[in-house]
Amino acid sequence: MAPKTVTLEIKRQASPDAPAVWEKFELEWRPGMNVISAMMEIAANPVTADGHETTPVTYDSNCLEEICGSCAMRINGKARMACSSLVENLEQPIRVEPLSKFPLVRDLQVDRSVLFENLKAVKAWVPVDGTYDLGSGPRVFPQQQEASYPLSNCISCTCCMEVCPQFNEATGFVGAATIAQVKLFNDHPTGKVFKEDRLRALAGDGGVQECGFAQNCVEVCPKQIPLTSAISDVSRDVLLQKAKDFLRG
Amino acid sequence: MASPRIIVVGGGLAGLAAVIKIAEAGGTVDLFSIVPVKRSHSVCAQGGINAAKNLKGEGDTTAQHFDDTIYGGDFLANQTPVKAMCEAAPAIIDLLDRMGVPFNRTPEGLLDFRRFGGTLYHRTAFAGATTGQQLLYALDEQVRRYESDGKVKKYEGWEFLSAVLDSKGVARGITALDLRSMELRSFSADAIIMATGGNGALFGKSTNSVACTGSAQSALFQQGAYYANGEFIQVHPTCIPGEDKLRLMSESARGEGGRVWVPRIAGDKRPIKQIPESDRWYFLEEWYPKYGNLVPRDVATRAIHKVVYEYGLGLDGQPMVYLDLTHIDRETLNRKLEGILEIYEKFVGDDPRDVPMKIFPGMHYTMGGLWVDFNQMTNIPGIFAAGECEYQYHGANRLGANSLVSCIFGGFTAGPNALRYANNVSAAEGDGGHAAEIARQTEINARLLNNEGTENPFKLWRALGQTMTEHATVIRYNKGLKQADEKIVELLDRYKKVNLSDKSQWANTSFAFARQLKNMLELSRAVVQGALLRDESRGAHYKPDFPDRNDERFLKTTKASFTGEVAGPRFDYEDVDTQFIKPRPRRYDAAK
Repeated sequence: MAPKTVTLEIKRQASPDAPAVWEKFELEWRPGMNVISAMMEIAANPVTADGHETTPVTYDSNCLEEICGSCAMRINGKARMACSSLVENLEQPIRVEPLSKFPLVRDLQVDRSVLFENLKAVKAWVPVDGTYDLGSGPRVFPQQQEASYPLSNCISCTCCMEVCPQFNEATGFVGAATIAQVKLFNDHPTGKVFKEDRLRALAGDGGVQECGFAQNCVEVCPKQIPLTSAISDVSRDVLLQKAKDFLRG
Repeated sequence: MASPRIIVVGGGLAGLAAVIKIAEAGGTVDLFSIVPVKRSHSVCAQGGINAAKNLKGEGDTTAQHFDDTIYGGDFLANQTPVKAMCEAAPAIIDLLDRMGVPFNRTPEGLLDFRRFGGTLYHRTAFAGATTGQQLLYALDEQVRRYESDGKVKKYEGWEFLSAVLDSKGVARGITALDLRSMELRSFSADAIIMATGGNGALFGKSTNSVACTGSAQSALFQQGAYYANGEFIQVHPTCIPGEDKLRLMSESARGEGGRVWVPRIAGDKRPIKQIPESDRWYFLEEWYPKYGNLVPRDVATRAIHKVVYEYGLGLDGQPMVYLDLTHIDRETLNRKLEGILEIYEKFVGDDPRDVPMKIFPGMHYTMGGLWVDFNQMTNIPGIFAAGECEYQYHGANRLGANSLVSCIFGGFTAGPNALRYANNVSAAEGDGGHAAEIARQTEINARLLNNEGTENPFKLWRALGQTMTEHATVIRYNKGLKQADEKIVELLDRYKKVNLSDKSQWANTSFAFARQLKNMLELSRAVVQGALLRDESRGAHYKPDFPDRNDERFLKTTKASFTGEVAGPRFDYEDVDTQFIKPRPRRYDAAK
């Protein structure tokens, strides 16, 4: 019996200015194979289906267990993590492309540093006094922990930004991931000291009002973070903050 | 006087912990990392972090934590730093709690603790089963705060290539490669902290992340740093076998009551649920009644090996056993273990709440690493190390949930010590060796890029992984270790004929990988030869031909130094600091 094969079509682009080309690869099927392990196979034998020698594919990856957030890409048109995209669950040929909303570096690698800049802008941290032994932290009941923990699971993969119709240069929208982090830190007993700053940071252009409630973000999130409810909570708080600031003059 | 310049290489828990201490003390840091620091391998740690907080009324103490750690490490760890770590651990948990880590809570709102291997106490604080992720994020957030204040400059997407050493051998900076533009540059520093993690890639497939190649440690080893206890490699008992990696199934699964078993009848064809209790062999519970499923990792790993290879009882004849959680209610499982259950579900396709998981041991952690003194400084003046890349805290076997605390404690120790050193170091003569090191690296890069040959670096790497896994993991024979060393020498020779299919100068991942590969090969020799020379069994290092621990000959730290000769590294042995706890036999079939 001939061995089962897997067909991938990968969008290649040698540099941001180079033209994009599609390359097709035929690989031997192996149990448990995922899109990253397929690309590892290509690296060990970089030859296209029609026998042309090519280069190993450039892509971001690290943990391969969907927790580091590196390997987000578009697979069969859907933004998702390549490591957890099992070949047996995908229709073939498997079409692999880079995320489209971020500056391309090479092949499937894009520059997603905008998210980390956004996190700076909203002060996404708890301002502790120091790292010395200052005793135990604030008491937190399990109900609060269970509400915060899902938000704290965000792996910064940017899938939610990729699929958001409002996330583009025209709006400058920060995207769902950042807004969910604002909720996380505003709900923390110490983190909430910056609550007003964070809400004001989301009050202007590119802020939370850019959200068009398409709800794509919550559908695509690989960590099932309740993004839309975080956005509506933060939207409400931003409005209240605006009103307060207006009355204060 | 200008404030000293400090470089931290690596942005996992240890690196970020060091950065925070330096920035807090008013220093400034250049932070280098291959990946954006938030994507570092610390994110993969699952089960928790140990600290003897004694919040369960069990009478746990830091002294007990210290004893468990030393005993678990089969007495090979120097005791002074381990004692300090265990004493600092409770305050570290408090700090992480203050930083906003969403630790699981008791109904009263206090920190909850679970059990882990190698102890009889509830000593492990946890945030679901994604504790490493939550800890890394907390430190990442604090570093982002300092970055906003201008105290930290990140070089993400840069790979460390070498140290810059002056004519006296004192570190004056590093060279690094921009993984996008492929630009080679040197950076000045008065002190450098290495926090570059593990070396799983030496074994091909492991639980480690792709970036855990050990390349940076090896580069320093080849520049004169001692590499200590390299032969001590932890093989985690419960991993999900995979094509591209071995995915960790946390010890917390057993900490929450998970049971390891196989059907007593080889190849039992009955559906799992129809196999009665009497036909299930809970071999860990039978062999180790006191600790049961929570024996230390080396013990559990060897037991699973024995059941599979000596008793022939692997599931369906395959090298796998059951890790069973199905007797625990779903609500508890979701609250305490959801993260790891999702991993199993996503990558295997079965729901472990309904069906027992199929697991097998896999390479997980290196106890060995760069030799450091009690101030975390290597033998190269000005270069410090913290976290998994150094050797100091775990002896011959690391206890579960001690890695996170050792990373943070190591970083907290290295940071202030590096700052103190940097404040006192005399100025470099001339250019401090920068031009010479850049020239050396430029030549290595040019040679690699222009090499005409036939060898594919990824294929060489697979061959390395196969030989290392076969000969230098769970069970070691001198004959096999010699074969492995010969194989590595052969691969080093073939490496000279490596041909990059990609010769471009933009985001060339094959080029970066080929550079790492050379370092992996050199470091593998320190692991294999260190194991060959250690004719005893201790912790994770097990030789059936030498089944007992031999304190007289081998209660010593292995120190490998690079020679550049075909014979391989030179080995020296250093006495272990055992001033607090006298070595005693290590056994887990009874209370210690």
